Amino acid sequence: MCLAVPGRVIEVTCDEPFERTGRVDFGGVVKSVDLTCVPEAGMGDYVIVHVGMALAVLDESEAESVLDALRELHSVMGGEGR
Amino acid sequence: MRYLEEFRDADLSLGIASSIKKLATRKWTIMEVCGGQTHTIVSHGLDDLCGPSIDLVHGPGCPVCVTPVATIDEAIAMACLPGVIFCTFGDVIRVPGTDSDLLSARGGGADVRTVYSPLDALEIAKMNPSRQVVFFAVGFETTAPANALAALRAVERGVENFSLLSAMVLVVPAMQALCRSPDNRVQGFLAAGHVCTVTGTAEYEPLAEEHRVPIVVTGFEPVDILSGLHMCVESLEGGKADVRIQYSRTVRPGGNPSARDLMDRAFVRVDREWRGMGIIGASGLDLAPGLASVDARSRFVLAPRESRENTGCISGRILRGNGRPTDCPHFGTLCTPERPLGATMVSSEGACAAYHRYRLHEGEDMP
Repeated sequence: MCLAVPGRVIEVTCDEPFERTGRVDFGGVVKSVDLTCVPEAGMGDYVIVHVGMALAVLDESEAESVLDALRELHSVMGGEGR
Repeated sequence: MRYLEEFRDADLSLGIASSIKKLATRKWTIMEVCGGQTHTIVSHGLDDLCGPSIDLVHGPGCPVCVTPVATIDEAIAMACLPGVIFCTFGDVIRVPGTDSDLLSARGGGADVRTVYSPLDALEIAKMNPSRQVVFFAVGFETTAPANALAALRAVERGVENFSLLSAMVLVVPAMQALCRSPDNRVQGFLAAGHVCTVTGTAEYEPLAEEHRVPIVVTGFEPVDILSGLHMCVESLEGGKADVRIQYSRTVRPGGNPSARDLMDRAFVRVDREWRGMGIIGASGLDLAPGLASVDARSRFVLAPRESRENTGCISGRILRGNGRPTDCPHFGTLCTPERPLGATMVSSEGACAAYHRYRLHEGEDMP
């Protein structure tokens, strides 16, 4: 139920407070999404969307730093796993 | 960065799992709270990857699963009122009530429609001014802001034929109830990332401190879950009961203030019954007194009725983390996704549905 999917804002169609709406591209599928709760989201930003409403703008530098730390852990472990 | 494939990397996942095995010096019981996380764990076999030291138990984080039979019966009764268009998320439509479910009600002539968003239900109300449109507002804090927006917009735009039947629940009071339960065996939590996207982490700090449990706010892809487990095991091994955020690309410590503001304007906290867990204080959201005009319970008066759980179903135990789907004698025989006895077999995020989909034939060759 709490499924939320990342997508890229390709257009802000209404910028009024409480009515903020945009078009979001989910890997080729474009849907209208309510942007009321992400006033900072602009064109090109990735947002996380749940039941038609964006709940956060994704932070690329945080995502990169988490992945970097995990890759480092992986390499320290000598690439073990397989 | 597309925020999906990067967090599904098999090599990286195997590396983290291997590191967890090395890190754990004893057995740790960790609960993933959210049904979406349960689904990822079961479908990718992440529990097996981590080895026997990590005992993963599945939590109550599926709002469809924890909605009690009495509320499902209430929804069916409301859907059957003349002139009502009853809108619901698809997950709920086959959850069994005492004698029936919403799908059967539709078969019997009720106008039951599945929608993707409460905002879509509001649009249906605008297009059908002569009908009463009720939205079945099931969900956790993740879904509550959209429900709040639909309620507030209905009032602001004067959509008088729209109302919500609230069954919204809150995660932290349920985690608190689990920790206080005498049969609790959970030593650490993976908290639900999308709930915390809205709420932030402030409410988790006292919970971690009071019950000496580390809590890691975790995402939903395999790399997220293994990384969250790694962080949780680190805390457990270090004797720390801290709150950490693994899902930092989405979750900020303060959550989403705009979303929380919508919830504060639209809802009040109420005591609520959870399937398998009884009534938990201040664990639900109902419409605030100022929004009684969009409260379906104020608008429609239903005849009193008696609701009964199916006594053969162990979903209550499963939702408390004290049983697995495969412990149930009816799993995969009397109870299947096509003919479910309980909600955990219906919802796509229910633990029984996940086991049925991915593990039905597991162990059949074993003695």
